[in-house]
Amino acid sequence: MTTEAPARGLGIDRDQVLGAARDYGVYVAIVLLILINSVITPHFLSLDNLRVQLFQAVPVLIVALGMALVIGTEGIDLSVGAVIAVAAALIPLYLGYGPWPAIAMALVGGAVSGLVGGSMVAFARVQPIVATLALMIGLRGFAVILNGATAKPVNDPEITGLGLDSWLGVPEMAWLAVVLVVAVAFLVRRTTFGRQLTAIGDNRAASALAGLPVRRVLLTVYVISGVLAAFAGVLLVGHGGYADPANYGLDYELLAITAVVVGGTPLSGGQVRVLGTAAGALFMQLITATLIQHDVKSSYEQMAESIIIVAAVYAARGRGRP
Amino acid sequence: MSEVVDKAMRRRASGPTATSTETPKERALGIAQRHGSSAVLVLVVLAACLLSPGFADWSNFQSILVGNAYSSLLALGMTFVIISGGIDLSVGSMFALGGVLAAWGVQHGGTPVAVLLPLACGGALGTVHGLLISKARLAPFIVTLAGLLFARGFLQAMSNEGSTTYLVPPDSAFLAVGRGSWPPILTAVVLFAAGGVLLLRTRFGQALFAIGGNEQAAVLMGLPVARTKTLVYTMSGLLAGGAGMLNAARLQSGVTNIGVGYELTAIAAVIIGGTLLTGGAGSVLGTASGVLLLAVILNLIGVHLSRYGSSASDLVNGAFLALVVLLQTVLSRRRGLP
Repeated sequence: MTTEAPARGLGIDRDQVLGAARDYGVYVAIVLLILINSVITPHFLSLDNLRVQLFQAVPVLIVALGMALVIGTEGIDLSVGAVIAVAAALIPLYLGYGPWPAIAMALVGGAVSGLVGGSMVAFARVQPIVATLALMIGLRGFAVILNGATAKPVNDPEITGLGLDSWLGVPEMAWLAVVLVVAVAFLVRRTTFGRQLTAIGDNRAASALAGLPVRRVLLTVYVISGVLAAFAGVLLVGHGGYADPANYGLDYELLAITAVVVGGTPLSGGQVRVLGTAAGALFMQLITATLIQHDVKSSYEQMAESIIIVAAVYAARGRGRP
Repeated sequence: MSEVVDKAMRRRASGPTATSTETPKERALGIAQRHGSSAVLVLVVLAACLLSPGFADWSNFQSILVGNAYSSLLALGMTFVIISGGIDLSVGSMFALGGVLAAWGVQHGGTPVAVLLPLACGGALGTVHGLLISKARLAPFIVTLAGLLFARGFLQAMSNEGSTTYLVPPDSAFLAVGRGSWPPILTAVVLFAAGGVLLLRTRFGQALFAIGGNEQAAVLMGLPVARTKTLVYTMSGLLAGGAGMLNAARLQSGVTNIGVGYELTAIAAVIIGGTLLTGGAGSVLGTASGVLLLAVILNLIGVHLSRYGSSASDLVNGAFLALVVLLQTVLSRRRGLP
């Protein structure tokens, strides 16, 4: 039986092109950008410049990993930027006990915020966008009350080391990001938890009927997102040498969602593309850097970003979905 | 068609999937869900009048009303968007852009340009959102997020990366648009009333409830789904641009760093007002109560917790929103809604 439709033209149909653009577009785009930049931008391939790009991209990338998991469950986490602010506020507060307890407290802060947001989503079945919106508004205020409106210097060598030092010429935080990417990819692809996560994102009701621990998985996902965002906050404090909850993490929810979407993860849930997300974060950073290094004003850069987002979402419109 | 309208009328009257077999308890819960915000508003205002010295002054009321008159228009547009089952994150940016366009327009063409340009741009941006959402079927959340970035970028490009603030000359006729305290209040009241009529008494409003309740069913029933959804975003853009324009007339300049986070306040006000984020149910009156409730709370915080500054109001707003959403969800569940 020949049920295949006769090939039209070159035998490539639109869905296939869009699908390929979604699956591999971001990698191709990164390679193209690097090639173009190595020709038109002086010193682009210098180690110093690449290091600077990594320092900029890594915090977004780490937040985006958590966001990708949340989006995989057909949710969204708008609170990540505010969690960064809370982490930044907690570090100077507990620095008296030493750097590691301070970092631990920041991560605990992220976990608690994830627990609150996750409980609202998992148990009360509040829509993720409102639950995390409430957190986003509330936590930013909480962070500023904790810290006061002025930035506090953080001079601890352990914490600034996390944000500034390099190992083998590559920033330490980039190595940490690689570890996290591998860990999250393993979590999604090779563990029961990962399977449950995508199943819930695909169809929550069916997953519940199939006996999956829907609530526990959702709760865990939001906690992971909170902890990763708090960790990004620690790195930002280390890199800047300041804890500034009023200004740290602003717009990070947008940057993270953009990275996830550009990386080809559909917003409709049921799929998590971990490597794509990492590539998405790098790609957006490279675009920004390219435009800045050619003196394109940040206003035009913002408009370009918005068009890239729409194009990426258009390509990522899940095949087979209405 | 009449069946659809009939069904939509009933939905409007008692929320999604309500039928005549509603028990008294379910009906009471429904009333709590729809009018809770108005009741809480009355209680909070009464308590504040009794307990908070200076709150009951007419000048204080006036400052609350005038201060929120224009930003409340964002919540009005958002009400329609959310009833249709969508969301519009671009309104804060569009509000700021509207102000800058108006102030630029006064300098480059006079009052008519200043009035029409923000409306045209807001309407155009909203229409693009609407088309991408209804025709290309992209998620409203991400489309309007891109719109937020685009409008903010456009504003920065117009204002030399925020370093140029266009001033409205003090002798310009444009200033008359926003002068005094009654014009802003009356503008908001008239537009809210018009919004209520549009929602409850027109075919467009009924189609909106039907689409928000069940889009596929609305398509099958032959309602103009794509057109209605597009129009909703156009309206939201128009209102945001117009509100920004009016605000610029009031401030006598196109302030560039205004409007950040206004979309969140608007969404919060709409949800507190009893409109369901799932779409298909909601009211303009509820949104008005939601806006006022947030404004009154902000006012009280300003008086009693001023040493914590605006961060205290963020904290209270966030906690309040979480509480309301939880209550809404519980009420919906008790009424047997999804």
